[in-house]
Amino acid sequence: MSAPSPTAVVLSQQEAQQENQQQSPRQDRPRPFSSTNLLQTVATGYVPLIIATLVVFLPLLWMLLSSFKQPGEIVTTDLKVLPESLNLENYATAMTTVPFAQFFANSLIVTVVGASIKVVLAILTAYALVFVRFPFKHVIFVLILVALMVPAQVSILPNYILIAGMGGKNTLWGIILPGLGTAFGTFLLRQHFLTLPPSILEAAEIDGAGHWRRLWQIIVPVSVPSIATVALVTVVSEWNDYIWPLIITDRPETMTLPVGLTLLQNSEGNGAGWGILMAGAVLVIVPILLVFAALQRYIVAGLTQGSVTG
Amino acid sequence: MALPNLVLIGTFTYWPLINNIYYSTLDWTLGSASTTVVGLQNYVTFFTSEDASKVLGTTAIFTLVTVGGSMVLGLLVALALNSKVRGTTFARSAVFAPYVLSGVGVGLVWLFIFDPGYGVLAWVLRGLGQQSPQWINDPQLSLVMVIIVYVWKNLGYCAVVYLAGLQSLPRDVMEAAALDGANSVRRFFDISMPLLSPTTFFLLITTMLSSLQAFDLIRIMTPLGNGTSTLIYEAYLQAFGAYNRAGYSAAISVILFAILLIITVLQLRFVERKVHYS
Repeated sequence: MSAPSPTAVVLSQQEAQQENQQQSPRQDRPRPFSSTNLLQTVATGYVPLIIATLVVFLPLLWMLLSSFKQPGEIVTTDLKVLPESLNLENYATAMTTVPFAQFFANSLIVTVVGASIKVVLAILTAYALVFVRFPFKHVIFVLILVALMVPAQVSILPNYILIAGMGGKNTLWGIILPGLGTAFGTFLLRQHFLTLPPSILEAAEIDGAGHWRRLWQIIVPVSVPSIATVALVTVVSEWNDYIWPLIITDRPETMTLPVGLTLLQNSEGNGAGWGILMAGAVLVIVPILLVFAALQRYIVAGLTQGSVTG
Repeated sequence: MALPNLVLIGTFTYWPLINNIYYSTLDWTLGSASTTVVGLQNYVTFFTSEDASKVLGTTAIFTLVTVGGSMVLGLLVALALNSKVRGTTFARSAVFAPYVLSGVGVGLVWLFIFDPGYGVLAWVLRGLGQQSPQWINDPQLSLVMVIIVYVWKNLGYCAVVYLAGLQSLPRDVMEAAALDGANSVRRFFDISMPLLSPTTFFLLITTMLSSLQAFDLIRIMTPLGNGTSTLIYEAYLQAFGAYNRAGYSAAISVILFAILLIITVLQLRFVERKVHYS
């Protein structure tokens, strides 16, 4: 970008001064509740915020409203905003067209089992990296850091060959296993453990407590917020995970919700099916939305952590 | 203690990278037992076919527009969130929410909104006396549609990171500039933006990496990849779509990985001497 020419700068300063002069005699500092101040606050403060919030919420609200609509209310040229009644027929249809209850259970199992193991592995690895002395520690840390940069997407074909060869196709363990190694959780917890004062372990060392007891009785109890952050971010990503379950399952019995939704889309992908598809979307989106609403502080902190640690 | 995790990372992150390179030298139909080593033939085929310019072009457009779009809009939202009015905490959570939602669910919701027959958008356009564009059938419009939804889903991330940057700006510098008569626009471009450059650089790298890996929305909104085949989607289609060309798909994955690696190395090189005015 080129620097503004001197004349332009002078002009704009003059303009700014003129503006100041025009305003200053009457209201050097506008009274808090004066109408000008109020208008300005509304225009520069609230209007952009309301627009941003609406842009996010209206599509989601539309999903929810449409999930109650009958085909006749959707396949029409004049828009009906509100459904005629809050009937759950679309949800029932979605459940009978594809085994949605099964998908939901599968997603729940994959998320709970996968996330639990990942969090425990992250705690163990981070503890070892910070509090245990062993050779090649730095090299191992760098390898974990680099793994953070390697996206799962480029490994899908080799992992497919590997897991399918082990007989893991269309199994829940086949879905869970390749994602279990955790670089993100390890990294985040290591950063947190480094901030703990070494003195908290001294008493335990004198008592002769081993690493196992030191970890679970001292380190874990004082690290609950960080562990919660890792756990929540892991739960969200396991629940939403799509590309791997899509590839490793092709039978409905072991599909997770996002994959099952794809199946539903294939059978209901015509105009009349939108209500049913929106019901399906509600079932995959709303659980995470509720978790997020309740615990967003941890989730936002966890997902934007990199910006703080650099 | 660290061993189980290291074994898992080694088996399912590092080993596949090496395997991918090996697979990319094979002429191999997925599911068949026989393979032929063809050396670099898959790469030659990719770069000499029409696919290369199409796929690389689509990847470049998708990445640049989604990165630029979510960063610029994210910054604007961050500026709005940085104002001293009530309700900013709620609005901050609200704009971040789409970032954590399932790409499949979000993709379906927007597919319905964009539906040329019964979508809300078509209804609004009819009200304005316009025909709805063929978002699904027209390859170029499909790309536009997916880009819009991707930006919608990801700009909240940029907004929250930018907001943290804005809130860490030194207050005395801003006040001094205000006293010197710099108006808010000049304060923004001459002080805030240069001071925010580390945040901008961080976001540029992270959003570029995630745009290059975008899969969920593309898969659910444009299953055939008509006009939206980025490198990652092309690699998926070649192996798991209609073609079962495993070796060729692996070659595309290796190309994608090389690009991601270059960006990561650039980040590590420049992160030490990032532009900073202080």
